Amino acid sequence: MAQTGKPLPLLAAALALGPGVAQAAYKFNMQEPATALGEQVYFLHNMMTAVCGVIFVAVFAVMFYSVFVHRKSLGAKAANFHENMLVEVLWTVVPVFILLAIAWPVTKTVLGMRDTSNPDITIKATGYQWKWGYDYLKGEGEGIHFVSNLSTPQDQIHGKAEKGEHYLLEVDNPLVVPVGKKIRILTTAADVIHAWFVPALAVKQDAVPGFIRDTHFRADKEGVFRGQCAELCGKDHGFMPIEVHVLSAEKYAAWVGEQKKKMAALADDPNKTWNLGELKKRGEQVYASNCAACHQPTGKGNPPAFPALAGSKVVLGPKQAQIETELNGRPGTAMAAFKHLSDVELAAVITYTRNAFGNATGEAIQPSEIKAARK
Amino acid sequence: MASIPGHADAGHGHEHEHHHPTGFMRWVTTTNHKDIGSMYLWFSFAMFLVGGVMALVIRAELFKPGLQFVEPEFFNQMTTLHGLIMVFGAIMPAFVGFANWQIPLMIGASDMAFARMNNWSFWLLPPAGTLLVLSLFMPGGSGGVGWTLYPPLSTQMGIGMDFMIFAVHILGMSSIMGSINIVTTILNMRAPGMTLMKMPLFCWTWLITAYLVIAVMPVLAGAVTMILCDRHFGTSFFNAAGGGDPVLYQHVFWFFGHPEVYIIAIPAFGVVSQIIPAFSRKPLFGYASMVYATSSIAILSFIVWAHHMYTTGMPVAGQLYFMYATMLIAIPTGVKVFNWVATLYRGSLSFEAPMLFSLGFLFLFTLGGFSGLVLSMTAVDVQLHDTYYVVAHFHYVMVAGALFSAFGGVYYWLPKWTGHMYDEGLAKLHFWLSLIFFNVTFFVQHFLGLAGMPRRIPDYAPQFAEFNMISSIGAFGFGLTQLLFLYVVIKCIKGGPKAAAKPWDGAEGLEWTVPSPAPYHTFETPPVVK
Repeated sequence: MAQTGKPLPLLAAALALGPGVAQAAYKFNMQEPATALGEQVYFLHNMMTAVCGVIFVAVFAVMFYSVFVHRKSLGAKAANFHENMLVEVLWTVVPVFILLAIAWPVTKTVLGMRDTSNPDITIKATGYQWKWGYDYLKGEGEGIHFVSNLSTPQDQIHGKAEKGEHYLLEVDNPLVVPVGKKIRILTTAADVIHAWFVPALAVKQDAVPGFIRDTHFRADKEGVFRGQCAELCGKDHGFMPIEVHVLSAEKYAAWVGEQKKKMAALADDPNKTWNLGELKKRGEQVYASNCAACHQPTGKGNPPAFPALAGSKVVLGPKQAQIETELNGRPGTAMAAFKHLSDVELAAVITYTRNAFGNATGEAIQPSEIKAARK
Repeated sequence: MASIPGHADAGHGHEHEHHHPTGFMRWVTTTNHKDIGSMYLWFSFAMFLVGGVMALVIRAELFKPGLQFVEPEFFNQMTTLHGLIMVFGAIMPAFVGFANWQIPLMIGASDMAFARMNNWSFWLLPPAGTLLVLSLFMPGGSGGVGWTLYPPLSTQMGIGMDFMIFAVHILGMSSIMGSINIVTTILNMRAPGMTLMKMPLFCWTWLITAYLVIAVMPVLAGAVTMILCDRHFGTSFFNAAGGGDPVLYQHVFWFFGHPEVYIIAIPAFGVVSQIIPAFSRKPLFGYASMVYATSSIAILSFIVWAHHMYTTGMPVAGQLYFMYATMLIAIPTGVKVFNWVATLYRGSLSFEAPMLFSLGFLFLFTLGGFSGLVLSMTAVDVQLHDTYYVVAHFHYVMVAGALFSAFGGVYYWLPKWTGHMYDEGLAKLHFWLSLIFFNVTFFVQHFLGLAGMPRRIPDYAPQFAEFNMISSIGAFGFGLTQLLFLYVVIKCIKGGPKAAAKPWDGAEGLEWTVPSPAPYHTFETPPVVK
């Protein structure tokens, strides 16, 4: 792995002040980059900060010289000059050349950042309120898909338990990629705009509902890299982290094998008829990871933006209307479409809501009904 | 407040000088530019306090990791309202207040061109501010979407969102009317002999700003109207499912939003350009180049909007174009800074509160300009966009820039407005406390952003804890310090040493030729400028 950045002397000196006094938590610069592009970004930031620092010192040396020497209280008499064509031209033209010198390396990095061609693996990251879904579309691991939720317990957030080391930056199912491979991330969203941001990988890309955008990275070391949603996306915007595990080629291949097995085991038989108990049990899990953030684990919601499901007219009414709402959402409200869930998951969660929180319709919605409603 | 001496200028008697209402109705019906200027300034200060309390709610919640005081929804509403109130309720009206008071006095006009519209443009503000605050009490609260009101998030919100949209409409109308008034006044009512290039720089900066307002406020009104239609009338401007595009909103919004940054900054440049020469006892260096630089900034501000959107996924050619255009802004801005420093050089400097705030402005605004230059580089912005680095950057230009300049302006002109000198010792204390607490609050936010802390989050990972705690302490210090400002101003209105017509020996301009406090009617006979 190449040396991190090329910190210029000035900045290096400034940073050297840190370690002796401060603990690791006082971090004065960007996270250590894990990609070649990240190192370029790190360098560009340091370089620009140093250039600005030099100009800043030069300009304000003049200001402070005047402030301390040309004081009325020291008997300074004001000069009367107020124009000089030469200096005006100089301080207009010289910065142009400084900017040109800076623009050149930045342009190269920008071109590198936007070059998403010839990826080894393509993964779609979908932003949901408030979690990320990943679909491995192409390359090794094709077909794997899962949803990645915050795994920090609520008790830690509300101060009822000690906060863990990776508080708010940990998920149940991390994104896993191999080291040294070009990973292209396609971003999109199901509801509102999110942004997929992992600082150490130098990647931030908005996820716009209804559109596909892309970005890429090639991690040059193994490790765990953490990031967060970077575009305000509503209530739990601060609670939808991103965790990327970069593994060696062998470990990645093993992980892919394991995932495939797991998915095969989980695959539901679409023709099976489920009984009420099975559906409720499965539905409770689906509810916890998809619905509880808004409608609350108690089903009491958070009205008026997030209505209660307990005693709700929709939930206790005809099932067709509820299936319709789940599949298509309610445009203009916070209720998103959930058609990305499987027929079984939707059937289970609808059954669960109709038979929990004091609702007791006794109805069991079958996956086949969802399948029919999708048409 | 200005007193109302009952003088009647012979030969220029105006009948309205006799039966004008008193008490509350005086303020409701007034068409006097000084009354209206004062009301603008008071309104803006009240909004500054409201927006400030919201900032303190935010900083209290961020004092340490975990959720302590407020729920995430309410936190988002606070960040949103804080932004809207500070931008549209506090900073913009403050500078319109300065314009109302000072432009007629500076160009030797008797009042603003459209005196009745002037009254109306002020009285639109209180209902708009009320709508913003009332939105909090609607079912579901206000919109927790950020001051940029991005859809589709803003189409999800409750009725509080509609209150915000209408508030933005009304605030926009008010500033358009105010700007039309300023342009007309400056172009038509200058005293004989005052050519455009003899105007005080403050008038120039406002002339340029007013054109910016007239150009971009309708764009914002259009953008929020489209959100309103998407919310209620089934349109799909910003909804991909109906053929729209959420990113279209961002283009339209920032076509307004970037010039808006200069709508806030340019009048601040103007105030500082009055104060620095006065306390350097030396004419402003490079007056003409200041005018050209300000105009260049205004023009450039229209062609850089998408540098707020590097991460939305635009073609690489777009990213490069917006980066180069953005970098260009550094040139005229640099020219201004160099000119101010050259004005100081070999002057005869004294450091009363207006000068201190102007020097603070110069130093910190330039710092904010530099972090802007760092952000202009697309590759680096992708890393820093929507992190605390950006929050630090724009507070350096909005608070240390515009707000410090406004404080400087208030101290500079208070003797003219009230006829009394303010308490210099307390005013200096106000400056030093503001300077220190400002930097404690915002300097550390650069580090948070560099380390990757996103903005607009109510809770954060433990690695960000130390700097957040420092920032919150600074914020409370800064907030409390502003009560001292209120005290100094009230004390100055109530009494104090009598101010001379020209209390600052280095000050130049027509406003210092009228007595202090400025009489209710001034320049009914235009002065002649040589």
